[in-house]
Amino acid sequence: MNQNLVALFTGVLFSIGLGLSQMVDRDRVLGFLDVAGTWDPTLLFVLGGAVSVTVIAFRFVLRRSQPIFANEFRLPTRRDIDRPLILGAVIFGIGWGISGYCPGPGITALVLGVWNPVLFLGAFIVGSLAHRWYQSRTAGLAESDRPKDTVR
Amino acid sequence: MAEFNWVTGLLGGVLIGLSSTLMLAFNGRITGISGILNGAARIDRTTNAARSEVWRWYFLAGMLLGGLLYEFGIATQPTPRSTFAPVAMLIGGLLVGFGTRMGNGCTSGHGVCGLGRLSVRSFVAVCTFLSTAILTVFVLRHGLLAIVK
Repeated sequence: MNQNLVALFTGVLFSIGLGLSQMVDRDRVLGFLDVAGTWDPTLLFVLGGAVSVTVIAFRFVLRRSQPIFANEFRLPTRRDIDRPLILGAVIFGIGWGISGYCPGPGITALVLGVWNPVLFLGAFIVGSLAHRWYQSRTAGLAESDRPKDTVR
Repeated sequence: MAEFNWVTGLLGGVLIGLSSTLMLAFNGRITGISGILNGAARIDRTTNAARSEVWRWYFLAGMLLGGLLYEFGIATQPTPRSTFAPVAMLIGGLLVGFGTRMGNGCTSGHGVCGLGRLSVRSFVAVCTFLSTAILTVFVLRHGLLAIVK
């Protein structure tokens, strides 16, 4: 229960941060991405502010042997720069540039009572399901295509 | 042109960083919104392991609550409602959903948390999606497609 209350509170804080920094307004995000137009640098300050905090605070947090309400830190372990990472980031970047929403602001914008975020999140879920299907399909192919007796 | 306000931008960013720090310190989790959203959609509440993932729903509920608190309590002026753009939302959302799964993260997971952990993998992802998004907006607003539009 403690973990759920923390999640509720951090969700509130995260969303207020998105509101205050006006990242919920997709035109402001697009204004940042539009470097050839009337450039709006706000997003740079938002990311800068957020990362300044995490870069310093994460160091102290990760010095602990375990989190306060959980048994272990669940951190990503991969360090390789592979093709899916780059290709995925490119596809996400194109989608972000077209819509002006990334997942966080897309969710917070639901409270504005307009259709844009609803359509965005619906399509987001379809896209992530499509990736799951794609992954299971390519994983199957990789298994059967792999030559069984080649030694290099 | 929208009025540029770096103070509220910076302050909002600090709150986002603080939120991610508290999540890591208390629950030991990364605040990656695309991952939280995906995990939440996949929860099967019947198993014990799944019950320990219910925090995802609380986080998302918190996000809606925070959005309401800001919009109808804190905000000095309402957030501008941008014009209805269904085609951009459907194509954009589809690509964001697919891309964030393939690349294992979005602006919060790779950006706020990954950069905070000094992850090279996340740094490469952030540079890639930022430059691709900038290029996409350039093509749509100033490139050949802008003439068609």
